[in-house]
Amino acid sequence: MAGHQSTKQTPRVLAIASGGGHWVQLLRLRPAFEGARVTYVSVRPAYASDVPGQRFIAINDATRWDKVGLAKMAFKLLWIMLRVRPNVVISTGAAPGYFAIRLGKLLGARTIWLDSIANVEEMSMTGMLVKDKATLWLTQWPHLAAENGPQCHGSVL
Amino acid sequence: MIFVTVGAQMAFDRMIKAVDQWAGKSGRTDVFAQIGPAEYTPRHIAHTGFLEPPQFAERAKAARVIVAHAGMGSIITALTMGKPILVMPRRGDLRETRNDHQIATAQRLSELGKVVVAMDEEELIERLGRLEEVSAAGAIGPYAQDSLIAAVRGVVFPTQGR
Repeated sequence: MAGHQSTKQTPRVLAIASGGGHWVQLLRLRPAFEGARVTYVSVRPAYASDVPGQRFIAINDATRWDKVGLAKMAFKLLWIMLRVRPNVVISTGAAPGYFAIRLGKLLGARTIWLDSIANVEEMSMTGMLVKDKATLWLTQWPHLAAENGPQCHGSVL
Repeated sequence: MIFVTVGAQMAFDRMIKAVDQWAGKSGRTDVFAQIGPAEYTPRHIAHTGFLEPPQFAERAKAARVIVAHAGMGSIITALTMGKPILVMPRRGDLRETRNDHQIATAQRLSELGKVVVAMDEEELIERLGRLEEVSAAGAIGPYAQDSLIAAVRGVVFPTQGR
């Protein structure tokens, strides 16, 4: 992309989450992206004010029951992914993160799923769906970590 | 000032109704509630459907205590500001959210001393009656635990190592 200062060493990160708690938890990971070129994606245009000076793209929100909304979201995300060409895709949930992780994997990106701290008893449904697609598959609760399950390296709190 | 919030996604009339009734009975007038796409219209408390992030932060900052659904957005906001937070979990069987995850979240975080929990309307009204006892857990920093940041960074910058 012309106009951007980037070198081969600067990874492009796509950081994506739906609204509310998912977005708030993603923001708490920001130091992990320092030095990378980050594109944030979420579901409310007003969230741009949370990441001043960074690229932010708003997409539509959709739940698992809204097939039309989900299809629209998936296509929009495919378009974003092809433009951004991320080296890394990271998500804290839910539906947008699911699509982004799948598409990211397909396009050869490294992928990180951090299940929301709200999922105390088991991994979220979307979390389970990306199990095999995530380079790093994380829970925030030590008691949910398992050898063939998610890893735990601490929480956003 | 008491700031009440149901989060950005859904209404939570059961909680708002309880707070409203309590405010009416106790004569408390310094309550402001963000109620979402609600069917119940509060009669005793100031309210709005939604707040954009800056306005939300402003209301939260001005509050002595925050009363909220057990959503992580609300809880993390309160914790970063060092505000006491009283939460009432949404119930899956009442279709207040997709499942009972808020009940488990609220219980765990209460065990960790991060939040005070009221499991239902009755308990909420009871806790509101002795709100001065709800104290802050101590402010948390703006970012995740270092160990989590390091794990994520290891994948973002794989060649740098640690």
